[in-house]
Parts: sequence; structure tokens; C-alpha cells
Amino acid sequence: MKESSKKQKRIFSSELIRPAITASFKKLDPRWMIKNPVMFIVEIGSVLVTYQFLKTMLAGNLNEGLFTLQITLWLWFTVLFSNFAEAMAEGRGKAQADALRKTRTETFAKKKTGEIIEQIPATQLRKDDICICEPGDIIPGDGEVIEGIASVDESAITGESAPVIRESGGDRSAVTGGTKVLSDRIVIRITSNPGETFIDKMIRLVEGAKRQKTPNELALTILLSGLTIVFVIVVATLQPFAIYSGTSVSITSLIALLVCLIPTTIGGLLSAIGIAGIDRVMQHNVLAMSGRSVEASGDVNTLLLDKTGTITLGNRQAVEFIPMPGVEELQLADAAQFSSLPDETPEGRSIVVLAKEKYGLRGRVMQDHEIRFIPFSANTRISGVDYNGRSIRKGAAEAIIKYVQAKNRPIPKELDGVVSGIAQAGGTPLVVVENDKILGAIYLKDVVKGGIKERFDQLRKMGIKTVMITGDNPLTARSIAAEAGVDDFLAEATPESKMKLIRQEQSDGKLVAMAGDGTNDAPALAQADVGLAMHSGTMAAKEAGNMIDLDSNPTKLIEIVEIGKQLLMTRGALTTFSIANDLAKYFAIIPAIFAAAFPELGLLNIMHLHSPQSAIISAVIFNALIIIALIPIALRGVAYLPLKAEALLLRNILIYGVGGIIVPFAGIKLIDIIITGIKLVP
Amino acid sequence: MLREMKYAFKAILIFTIILGFGYTFFITVFASLLFNRQANGSIISGENGKKGSVLIGQKFTVPRYFHPRPSNAGSKGYDPTASGGSNLAPTNRKLIDNVKSNLEQVLKDNPGFKPEDIPVDAVTSSASGLDPHISIENAKIQAPRVAKARNLDLSVVHYLINNNTDKPLLFVQGEPGVNVLQLNLELDKVSKDISNERR
Amino acid sequence: MKTLDVFQLLFFTGVLIVCSLPLGLYIKKVFCREATLFDFILKPVEKFIYRLMGINADAQMRWTQYAFALLSFNIAGGILLYLLLRLQNLLPLNPGSFSGMSPDLAFNTAISFVTNTNWQAYAGESTLGYLAQMAGLTVQNFLSAATGIAVAIALMRSFSGKESGTIGNFWFDATRSVLWILLPLSLIFSIVFVWQGVPQNFNKPVSIKTLEGVEQSIPQGPVASQEAIKIIGTNGGGFFNANSAHPYENPTPLASFLQVFAILIIPAALCTTFGKMMKDRRHGLVLLGAMLLLFITGVCLVTHFENAGNPEIAKILHRTSVPQMEGKEVRFGIGASSLYSVVTTSASCGAVNSMHDSFTPLSGMILMLNIGIGEIIFGGVGAGFYGIILFALLTVFIAGLMVGRTPEYLGKKIEAFEIKMVMLGVLVIPVLVLILTALSVSIDPGKAGISNPGPHGLSQVLYAYLSASGNNGSAFAGLSANTFFYNLLLGLTMLIGRFGVIIPVIAIAGAIASKKIVPVSNGTFPTTGIMFAGLLTIIILMVGALTFFPVLSLAPVAEHLKMMNGVLY
Repeated sequence: MKESSKKQKRIFSSELIRPAITASFKKLDPRWMIKNPVMFIVEIGSVLVTYQFLKTMLAGNLNEGLFTLQITLWLWFTVLFSNFAEAMAEGRGKAQADALRKTRTETFAKKKTGEIIEQIPATQLRKDDICICEPGDIIPGDGEVIEGIASVDESAITGESAPVIRESGGDRSAVTGGTKVLSDRIVIRITSNPGETFIDKMIRLVEGAKRQKTPNELALTILLSGLTIVFVIVVATLQPFAIYSGTSVSITSLIALLVCLIPTTIGGLLSAIGIAGIDRVMQHNVLAMSGRSVEASGDVNTLLLDKTGTITLGNRQAVEFIPMPGVEELQLADAAQFSSLPDETPEGRSIVVLAKEKYGLRGRVMQDHEIRFIPFSANTRISGVDYNGRSIRKGAAEAIIKYVQAKNRPIPKELDGVVSGIAQAGGTPLVVVENDKILGAIYLKDVVKGGIKERFDQLRKMGIKTVMITGDNPLTARSIAAEAGVDDFLAEATPESKMKLIRQEQSDGKLVAMAGDGTNDAPALAQADVGLAMHSGTMAAKEAGNMIDLDSNPTKLIEIVEIGKQLLMTRGALTTFSIANDLAKYFAIIPAIFAAAFPELGLLNIMHLHSPQSAIISAVIFNALIIIALIPIALRGVAYLPLKAEALLLRNILIYGVGGIIVPFAGIKLIDIIITGIKLVP
Repeated sequence: MLREMKYAFKAILIFTIILGFGYTFFITVFASLLFNRQANGSIISGENGKKGSVLIGQKFTVPRYFHPRPSNAGSKGYDPTASGGSNLAPTNRKLIDNVKSNLEQVLKDNPGFKPEDIPVDAVTSSASGLDPHISIENAKIQAPRVAKARNLDLSVVHYLINNNTDKPLLFVQGEPGVNVLQLNLELDKVSKDISNERR
Repeated sequence: MKTLDVFQLLFFTGVLIVCSLPLGLYIKKVFCREATLFDFILKPVEKFIYRLMGINADAQMRWTQYAFALLSFNIAGGILLYLLLRLQNLLPLNPGSFSGMSPDLAFNTAISFVTNTNWQAYAGESTLGYLAQMAGLTVQNFLSAATGIAVAIALMRSFSGKESGTIGNFWFDATRSVLWILLPLSLIFSIVFVWQGVPQNFNKPVSIKTLEGVEQSIPQGPVASQEAIKIIGTNGGGFFNANSAHPYENPTPLASFLQVFAILIIPAALCTTFGKMMKDRRHGLVLLGAMLLLFITGVCLVTHFENAGNPEIAKILHRTSVPQMEGKEVRFGIGASSLYSVVTTSASCGAVNSMHDSFTPLSGMILMLNIGIGEIIFGGVGAGFYGIILFALLTVFIAGLMVGRTPEYLGKKIEAFEIKMVMLGVLVIPVLVLILTALSVSIDPGKAGISNPGPHGLSQVLYAYLSASGNNGSAFAGLSANTFFYNLLLGLTMLIGRFGVIIPVIAIAGAIASKKIVPVSNGTFPTTGIMFAGLLTIIILMVGALTFFPVLSLAPVAEHLKMMNGVLY
């Protein structure tokens, strides 16, 4: 996250601008331009006006030539500015891709066939090959650890320098090509062919090479193309109307009018907005597999969030010692602390801390020969300590009850009430027993993350429902859900029940987003409309999701939703702005081109522009400059506020709709004053 | 595909019978029972046969009759087989010329009035060319001439104008209009009565 | 505007809205097969029709089937009408002994009535016999209106449908539109019109001698029955050339009031029907609100400009201003004429009680804009509803993006396919109009028809194509449109203007019907409030203004400025 904030800082930096300028010229290639119908029309117009300019100059008409020259230049600028915006958006991805590409260069793999180990270039590895990686080796391809455990440096991908553990079996078995083994030897099975690895995908994504128009972008392109067609016809038919009215309009003026009317502002920035959207997701260290998924996240109605790590801190904390009747609270605290001294888990430490803070019990120095630790085992689900004739055990209620019953000792009847009381309050009870006598329970509490409740309130305002997924029993789940302020919860969740929930929501017409990391999450991740897989998770999960969080932080789902919304809002806002601009342009150009035939139409020149020529040039200049002026908004996205749709709409309409009508009037007038001031027009 | 076309033709034939014939004939019968006069064109009959329709304007030129508005129905005006307006644009010189010559005619017919006295309907042509009405102001500037030509008291003429003015119902948009044919018919009747009395 | 005018306008609007509510509920019942008052007589008739046709009216159609049934119905109607017009001299009920229409005029007229345009390049009283009027034109007046209602209902149904993919049965929708809605209303209005003085007979033209001894031949006919459906079905094709300015078609101010009322009543009611079908009245009210805003503004402006009149005429009459009475009837005056003109162009009716060609230029511009924005201010029966839904979808798409979600309307996501169809439906009119107007003012056969020189000539041609593509049918009637050139081009324009919108709309209905319904949440773009009504209005005006600004500034705006400067052509 630190890294990402650094990346976000500057939109225009010199190392991005220079290549972008070069790229804007390269993109003038009509084969490239035709992908953007609006700007393609502008390019055709530019060519035609250039021809007009040459013709006028050859005819020796200097005054007309100067006018046409200026229109020519500004039309070309319009195209270039649009290309520049796109190049800038791509540039940021490219820089990242180049860094990634370095990791891919010439690694070698130790391929193991039977007992034979041979050194081959990584590019020759195929799926299901077996390789061996030793400390210092670059892992040659995406794969699964089938033997051993190792610490791996994944900073090349995640940007996180702390090494991670990868081991065979379970949810931490996936390794990524390009990462580096730091310690120990692992055997991996390759899971993807060269060119299809994670890094390859990532490079393609950030470069935007595989970029396809997203559904919404496609719809918007249709809208803009439709408007463009209409304006082409509006302008083309203007000539016959003019001729009927006893006048005629120069080709240059017609093309200037056309370029001003067609939605060049949004047309020029549309692809930059899309690229920048994916890029913004990436700045949050999340890889979106397609623009489609980023767009879909803006539409999400339901967020499925895992309790642990997303809603609550990963670890529980001891908050209270509840003794059984006849037991001193201090005695219980002492025993609890004592048994937890060797326990390095966060829960264990929190017990020590609680005992110290509440009862003033300090940690004791212990000699190794006097003490025997009984570590937690999955079998007994009990841990404890034997020391100086004291035998202290703690564990889950059922486990301790079984332990005590096995020794034929009584169970206090109050225990049941205490244990279920803690569970109902959303906590986890740990029962402490000393010398087979039950002393009482420790109340371990799930700690809801700070600020998460406010976050959920915001989501609710945006119309997004949050559902907490937990393995806890319904009682515990309900209480945590209430504390965290989620709208709903799914308790005792299984992969099947998660899947059912997603299907249920989807059949109600809702879009569902979820995060997951385990193999058993894979089906649900695939079913969800937005599936955010944790990079630390299994390959299966990563394959199933359509986004991967390199920081493995499920809370990011919320940010991704916001980015998705921002992406759509930016498109809508700039479309509105672009269309609203046309009004002022009409008032500038129409009176100008008919000034000679219908001097009365000068009444429409409400901006009092200096002359017909200055009016047309000013409109064209404004039209070109507004693209540059809006690049930062296109790349950064319009400001997103967690508001109700109505309030959000009103705000954006005031800024981009009303603003879109007013700004060009002021802008064109200003440009008119400047260009007549510096005598660019007669 | 073909089947659907077959349905379509059948449907058209069925509906032609129901709507083209059934509906039309039903209304015709029903209307002639309920509103026989209107259904047959609101024709006014006099001693010497039919005098016209109360709804359809007629051309009047002689001083003793009230004159209707200028008409573009047919070449001579008030031809019910060629209804229609002038369709002249506000910027068409012909329109302005027509208004000018209409005004001259009105001023000539009704001496003693100045252009500012003349209501606009007297110098402009109607939409149908069969407009049965003139405005009350238009009738009033013609009243002295008619009274003089018929040797009637002006107040009698004004009384008849008032008697033959159709007013729109309350709240319904529209303007009061003097039905020229009815007014002229009544004038003839009054003149006849008076001459009968004198005789 | 005078206070009385404002009061009368509000009275009219009030009556309209109050009456449209129960009618809207009734229409909903008719198409949802709920019990209605007339079932006892109409249900047997309905069953009998289906039996004669040999169809199962319960079968649900996909949008392609629906479109095909609709097209077949219209093609069949067009062919029969064409034959009737061509061959009327050989058929009975032709007391005027009129000859058959020429092929190009018959082509134009058949298309005109099938497409609910009712553009009339002929004069009724001197061209058509009674059989052609009643069995041809009257029937198509009903059926083209029924087609429009059917499409609107199919579209409504698609929004309430859940992943069904079917949009109803065309034969059912069309038959019910005729029997339950159009026929009862026509019966009532016919009789009321006769009471007011509209003739209804099969007499020969009445020959009379005027008081001054001139021969006058007064045409007769079954006028009232056709008048009623002409108005209720927003058809607008008059029995006589002067249309509703003719004293036989529109004899009194009350008749005129009832006509404008009848033109707008079904389109206004369909908003209520829509709200009821969506189980939330506000959805309909929002559309109605946007319509009313545009409508009242239009009436006020036209009334104002007509009262202000032509300064040249004022000068002749030695006054500062006189109302524009050229081409208007005394009984209607400025108020009722202005109201009628706005109503008829807002709806796709095209009936006129005054001559639009002689209106002041800016009034003319408002009438053109009413048509140019797609006749969605109430609009034609059905057509107005599906037209404004196209704009609602456009509004939702542009504004909806601004709340950061894939735009949705009534829980249905608006995606690429819908936008493609919306753009087709919204843009077919401007594109057709601009191209063909440009063509017509560039070549001699086109220019030959123009009767008013100067900028107004451009307005005449522009108005003709607007009227044809918008299936309006009114005209700047000075244009001589009964030529091979205009008959052909305007005929094609009417065809494309009608089905070029209907087919995309049915396609949208099909796509919408097969979508899930997204539940409403805080994040949903609200489509029921004042804000949506305002946005919708702005989008409608922007589309209209952006497409027609240049040509309008060369035609009515230029003409207005010239008129104010006293320039004549």
C-alpha cells in the first residue's frame, strides 16, 4: 500500500510524457485510429483541411491561408491530444510491464524426469513437468509445491519484500514463476505452459495489449458513433441548405464545425479512462484479469466478506476471566497466565497481557528444567504446562470437559452457562483446568477492525449489501455481525452454502463480489461476478477469480467496488460534459459561417466574438485544449463520494452538465480575446 | 411466413367489414335518428329551395349584405369543393399585397373608416376558405353600410349582429363570431317584413 | 398571453389529465385480461375474429415473430388500400364519380394511412369517393392506431417480464386495441361531433344557389365517423382538404376542444397504463410530467408569437401589432388555433384547424421541433409512448453512468444492444429529414414544389419531411406535394419513419423481456423523481436542438429576423 500511494502521486511525470508524445504520433496510423470512430473522423477532417490549406496557399490567398493553417494545426492537435491521453494511460502500465519482463529473462530450470535432473531453459518447460528449486533459484514457472517447504521472495510480483512460506499441500502450495527461493529445497509441478504464466498474463494486462472493449464501453462507443453520424449529416447537409439560401460555406469551416460538434472530448478520452481504471486497480496492488471485471465491480449489489481478517482482526483477544463458583478470579488469572507463558500465539499473548493489566500479574522467569510444556495438538485440542506439581490445561470447552470426565472429576454445572454466554456474545470460550479442577473460562473476543462499521455504512448508502461469511455458529456470528454493522451473515459456512448464497443473490438479479483464497473457495469465486483471489492462496483459487490481490488483503474488495463506480462515473461525466459543450460551439460557429448571407444571425453571436474567423478558430482551439485539460480527470477518475445515487447524480450534473454548458462560453470568449489580442486573426 | 401473411389478409378483411362498413353505417343510422339536421349537413332551406349550409360560408359582394372574410377556396373564393387557405408565408410579398388590396376594398366598401379601425380578420383570408364567421368588430364596421343600403336603423342591424353571434362555451378556447349567412338571411327577412308592412 | 388564455390552457390540461387516469387503468385491464365493462359484448366478437382468422391468440411471440406479424398486417393493409384507391372508379359508393388515383399518389396515400401519417397530397372532397374514405381510410385509421398501441403494450410488457423472451401476441394486442379502446371511443365521439354539426350521410353533394345567386356545390359524406377515429387514432387525415379547419369537420369551438382532447387522451392514458403495469404509478407520472412541461411551454410560446403577429401587417393597419389571423378561422381565433397546432404536432396527429404555413416563423419552428424531437410530447397513440421510452433509455444511459453503475431502467440493464436500437430509433428521423430536405432543395423537382420564396421555402420542405418521417401528416401546405418526386420520396420517408422506429422498439422489447430484474437499492439511479423528469426533458431538447439548430437557423430563425427587419420575398 505504501508503494501504491507513491505510484498514485503524479499523473504527469517527465519519464512518462516523453514516450507518450512519441506514441501520440505513432498512433496517427489510420489502422489504429479507426478503432476510435470519433477521432478517426477528426483525422479525416484534418487531412481534408490540410489539403484545403495547401490549395489556398498555392492559389496565393494569404489571408484565407493563414486562417486555414490555424484550423489545420488545431485539428491535428485535437487528434494528437487524444492519442497523448491514451498513451499516457498506457505508459504507466508499460513501465510496470518492463519491470516484470526483466524477471522473465533467461532463467534455467532443473527439470526432474524420474531420477534424472537436467538443466533446461525455463521456456522449454511444459505443463506437468517436475522441477527442483533450491535456495537462490528463480522459480522457472507457475507451479504447485509437491514436496518440501521453503521461504520465497515474491517481491517481483507483489512489491512486498518480506518472504512468504510455500509448502506442499494445503492452501500455500502455489508458487509463481519469476519469484525467488530463499531457503530450503522444494519440488514443484509446473501448472502452465510458457507464455501463459501469471507473469505473462500480468505483462499483457498492464500493457493493455489484450485489451478488449468492456460491455459498457461498447455501449458508450455506439452512442458516440451514433451522435457522430448525426453530426456528420448535420454538417454535410448544411452546404445544400446554405446554397439554397444563396450563400455557401467553406470546406474548412464545415469541418471545423463538425469537429467541434462530434463528441471529441469523451471520444478522445474514452480509451484512456478505461486503461486508467484498470491501472488504478493495479495501483492498489490488485490484478484485474479484464476490464470487464473492473466495470462489473461498480455494479456489485452484494459483498460477501470473510469474517476473519476482513471484518475482524485475524486474532482473538482475551478480555475477561470468568471463574467458577468458589474460585478466586485471581487464581484463575494466575493459572491462565501461567499456562499461556510459553504460548506464542496472539491469543496466548493476549491472555498474558490481560492478566498483567487487570491483575498486576507479571510474567515469571522460568527455568527450563522445572517446566514442561504441553503444546497444542490438533488431536486433543488442549495445551498447557506442568510446573512444580501444578498441572494446568486450557482448551475448548468440549475438549476440556472430555479431559476432566476422563479423570472422573466433576464438571461444575455453572460451566455450561458461562460457555454459552461467551459464545452468544460473539466470543470464544477457553476453559482452564488446574490439577483436574475446572477453574473457569477465558473470554476470547473477536475484535472488529477499527473503522469497518463506518465503511459498511457507506456501502449501505451506495446501495451495497454486505454479508459476513463465517464458520462460527449462528449465535456468535449474529453478535459479531451486529457489532460490525454488516447487513447479513452466513454462519457455519461451507463451500456449498456459500455457493448457494451466491446463486440465490444472482437469481434475484444481483451482482455478487467475494474474496477467497482456498481451493474450496474456487467454485464460489468462479460463480461470483467479481471474485477477488488472494495471491497467497492456491492456484485453483487464483484461476477461478477474475482479480488477484497481491497484498492478499480481502478488505480491498471495497476499494475495488469504488474504483469500478468511479470508472463508470468518469465516462458518464465526460460524456455529459462533451455533449453540453456543443451548445456554446453552435452559438460561436453558426452566426460566424452565415455572417455574410444573414447578417441578422449575428444576433446569435451572444458571446460577441470578434470576427467570424476568430469565432471559428476559438471554438476549434477550445475543443482541442479541453481534451488536454481533462486528461487528469480521465486518468484519476472523477471524485468519488459515498453518497446516495440521487445526491451523486445531482452533484455530477451540476459540475459536468451545467459546467459543460457554461465553461465553453467562457473558454471560447477568452481564447477569442487572446487570439485577437495577439493578432492571429484579422 | 406465408401463414402469417394469410392471417394478416384475413384480419384486414374482417376489420374492413367491422370498421369500414359496420361502424360507418351504424353511426350514419344512429346520427340521422338523433341529430338529423346536423347529420345531413345543417342545410338551410328557404322558399326557393336550399339556401346553403349554416356552417359553410358564402360569398357576398353587394352593399346590402354583410361581407365575409377574404377566401382562397377556389379561384373565386367560397367554393366548398376546393377548401383551403392561402398558405402564404409572413415574409411573402404576395401576402402583404393581398392584405393591402383587401384593406383598400374594405375601406372603399365602408367609407368613413381608417385603417386603424379595421379588424385584422377583415383583411386576412381564413384557413378553410369557407369560414362562416366574421368577428364582431368586422360586423360593426359593416353595419352602417348595410343599414344604409337597406334603409334600416343602425340599432336594428346591431341587434341582429348580436342575435347571430356564436360564442364559445365557458372555459373553452375560441372566439365569438358572427355567422354571416344567418345574419344576411335574417336581414332579408326583416327587410321583407318591413316592406310587407309598408305595403 | 392573456390571463384568460392561461386559464383556458390549464383547464384543458386539467380535464385531459383527470380523464386520462381512469382510461389508463381501463387500458391496463384490457391488455392484462382483467374484467371490463364491455366484455359481455366484445369477448364473443373477439373470439369470433380469432376463429375466423384461425389463430391462437394466447400463443406468446418472440420479438421477431411479433415484428413479422405486425409487418404482415401492415403490408396486407397497404396492398388492399392501394387497390381500393386505384380502382375506386370501378367500385360502388362513388357519387362524385371520381376516377382512380394515379399510381404514385395511391402509393403515397396508402403508405400515408398505413403508417398513421395521413399526409394528404390530394384534396379529399375532389378526389375520393365514400367507399375509399370509409372502407379504405377509416379502416386504416383504426388499424394503424391499433398497431401503435400494440407496440407500446408489448414494450410495457417487456419491462415487467422476467427473463421470458416473449412480448405477447400481436393479434391479441391489435384486436383488443380496436375493439376495446378505439371503437368505443370512436362511437362516442362520432355522435358528439354530429351533434356539433359534423355531417354523417351518404348524400350526393348538395347544390344550392347562394343569396347572391351563385351556384354552390356542398360536398357531403360519412364525415363524423371518420373524423372521430382520425382524431382518436392521432391519424389526422381529413375528409376535406382544409381538414379540421373545415367547418364541416370542426364546426364549433367546443368541437375543437373535444378534438384536441381526443387527440391526447390515449397517449396521456398510456402513461398511467405504464405506471400501473410497473406497479408504481410514479414511472408513468414522470413521463407525463416531462411531456406536460414541454407541452405547456410550446402552447405558451406559439400563442405568444401568434398574438404578436406580423409587424408588416400591423404597419398596414397602423397598429403596433395585430394577431396573425391569415389562415385561421374566426371561431377559433388565436388561442384555440395555437393550442390545436401544438397538440397536433406534439402528437403525431397532423389534423389542423389553421394553416401552419402562414404561422409566424418562430411558431412554425416550435411546431417543427415538436415533430423533430420525435413527437414524444404525448405523441401518437402508442408511438408517443415508445418514443419517449427511447429517450428515457438514452437519459438513463447517460445520466445513469454518472452514479457509477451500469445504467438500468426499471431494473433492466441497458447495454450495447439496447443502445444500438435506441440510437437507431431516435436518429432515424433527423437523418432522414436532413438528407432528404437537403436533396429536395438542391434539385429542380424538389424546388418546383416550393410556393413561398426566401427562407420560408426551406421551412416548407423541411416541414414536409419532418411531417412524413414523424408520421405526423400536417404540412406547410403551400408546398405542391402531389408530384411524382414528392409522392415517392415522402412515401418512402413515411415508411422508414414508421417502421425504422417500430422495429428497433420491438427489438428492444425482446431484449428487455429476456433480462433479469435488478432490485432497486440506494445505488439505483432514481427514475421516478422530478430530477429524472427534468433530465429527460433536457436530453429531449438537447437531441432536438443539436440536430436541427443549423437548419432551423437558416429557415425559421432567419425568416423571423428578416420579418422583423421588414424584408419581403
